[in-house]
Amino acid sequence: MEFLSYLISGLSLGSVYAIIALGYTMVYGIAKMLNFAHGDVIMVGGYISYIAVSYMGLPGWVSVIAAMVVCTVLGVLIEGLAYKPLRAATSLAVLITAIGVSYFLQNSALLIWGANFKTYPSVISGTLNLFDNRLSIPYVSMLTVVVCIVIMVGLTLFTSKTKMGKAMRACSEDKGAAQLMGINVNRTISVTFAIGSALAAIAGVLLCSSFPILKPTTGSMPGIKAFTAAVFGGIGSIPGAFLGGLLLGVIESFAKAYISTQLANTVVFAVLIIVLLVRPAGLLGKYVPEKV
Amino acid sequence: MKEFQKGKMVPMPSTALIPERDLGKIPVLECIHVGIEFGGLKAVEDFNFTIGKTEIAGLIGPNGAGKTTVFNLLTRVYTPTHGTIMIDGQDTKGKTTVQLSKMGVARTFQNIRLFSDMTVEDNVRVGLHNRMKYTTASGILRLPSYWKKEKESHERAMELLSIFDMQDMAGLKAGNLPYGAQRRLEIVRALATEPKLLLLDEPAAGMNPNETGELMENIVKIRDEFQIAVLLIEHDMKLVMGICEGICVLNFGKIIAKGTAEEIQSNPEVIKAYLGNNSMEG
Repeated sequence: MEFLSYLISGLSLGSVYAIIALGYTMVYGIAKMLNFAHGDVIMVGGYISYIAVSYMGLPGWVSVIAAMVVCTVLGVLIEGLAYKPLRAATSLAVLITAIGVSYFLQNSALLIWGANFKTYPSVISGTLNLFDNRLSIPYVSMLTVVVCIVIMVGLTLFTSKTKMGKAMRACSEDKGAAQLMGINVNRTISVTFAIGSALAAIAGVLLCSSFPILKPTTGSMPGIKAFTAAVFGGIGSIPGAFLGGLLLGVIESFAKAYISTQLANTVVFAVLIIVLLVRPAGLLGKYVPEKV
Repeated sequence: MKEFQKGKMVPMPSTALIPERDLGKIPVLECIHVGIEFGGLKAVEDFNFTIGKTEIAGLIGPNGAGKTTVFNLLTRVYTPTHGTIMIDGQDTKGKTTVQLSKMGVARTFQNIRLFSDMTVEDNVRVGLHNRMKYTTASGILRLPSYWKKEKESHERAMELLSIFDMQDMAGLKAGNLPYGAQRRLEIVRALATEPKLLLLDEPAAGMNPNETGELMENIVKIRDEFQIAVLLIEHDMKLVMGICEGICVLNFGKIIAKGTAEEIQSNPEVIKAYLGNNSMEG
């Protein structure tokens, strides 16, 4: 029974990683850049939702929508102001910029909301008790997993069935050719950032509902773990991010339970290293040899 | 100068290389003193060229002459540093690549650039992008308008694929097609954008004589059916001399000759460019 409980909390944590990883992987797939500020967008989402619930007294679902709207705007702004001027620059310049944006967001949050921890009121509380209370599942865990699956199915349909989705896949393969086919690459990249950031907002709310401590650096560790999950599953691949996120969550949860809480992160990253040694492109990634 | 050129009817076939059926119509492409410099290097200089509404024209020249640069100028991958490019009587100044695609310029690539992870049909439907209108919301919500457009674009894609008898391949991954089929798919994808001017960059590269023969027939067929102009870069002289109504020869970024196939073949400048000028000393 304990095993089942660890598995469920692992799946729930993994779902959050998966939702964040989807943002990383989509942006990487299309803009070929690592948006290290993605984790901090999660933090902003958390704060917005916190303010909406605690100060403005809005219901939980409204706070989610508010967080999504703000994060979408933020994501598009970040892309337009920080990354778009660097479209032709080396990938290293963009990477450094992304790290800069990440610190900018963290310190802005510190300035606006202070260094004190905020206790996040979960959007959904209570637990489901099964087997004479031997197994209790928080509703928020169940919600997280369901939301993750819904997002995953939605994104898959979006990229395979809609015109914008096709444009995204075309851009991810060959921006130049896509442009010559009449696809507005800049707009496609903006849309990708918008979607990724909206997902980050949802992830922020779900993350803070499970781990209710909100501070300016809340997003950075889950952000790095989710990035790991995206690489683990094969960066650029949407099912890869999903699988990588879930696996990472479950591994982390089991490591905490059966090995040591302190060593959990060590185990997670050790698994990543082993996977990358065996499959350099990640679990579902495709190995693309560099053209000379 | 520009005002004078705008909307000008084609006067003389001899200078403009335009077949008689296009006389009196606005040319689909008009380049006036077009040039581009990279640093100090003049890659293309004083490029004057006109193509009629339904003309098949060829752009030839030795390697490095600037042929692909001309294509990149025509599609605004590069912005010309000098001169004016008019598409169907409209100035392209300040336009982007995407806008040029909407204005009716489509191209294929010397080294194939298909979306190789996407299916054959999806490749064509990317080309249809700007011709099929529906909102993303209606796509996600599966509104009736989405299904209607989706059906339309499927039918249109199939219709386009049927030009090359490729309907059976619609569900295959583009990257898994044989080489010749990939080249044909690139042409279909370009046609899907409903161009007025189709640019083909070495369409016969790597094809055997049989395939080249078929390709020649197909280029003429496409021109006749779609009533568009075709400009092609090609090293296969059989193809160029066989189907091009006007030929332009480029060397070191400059036009060294313009004319019909016969005129080009007997032009001493052209022979010099291709064979070098010290052949007498040997």
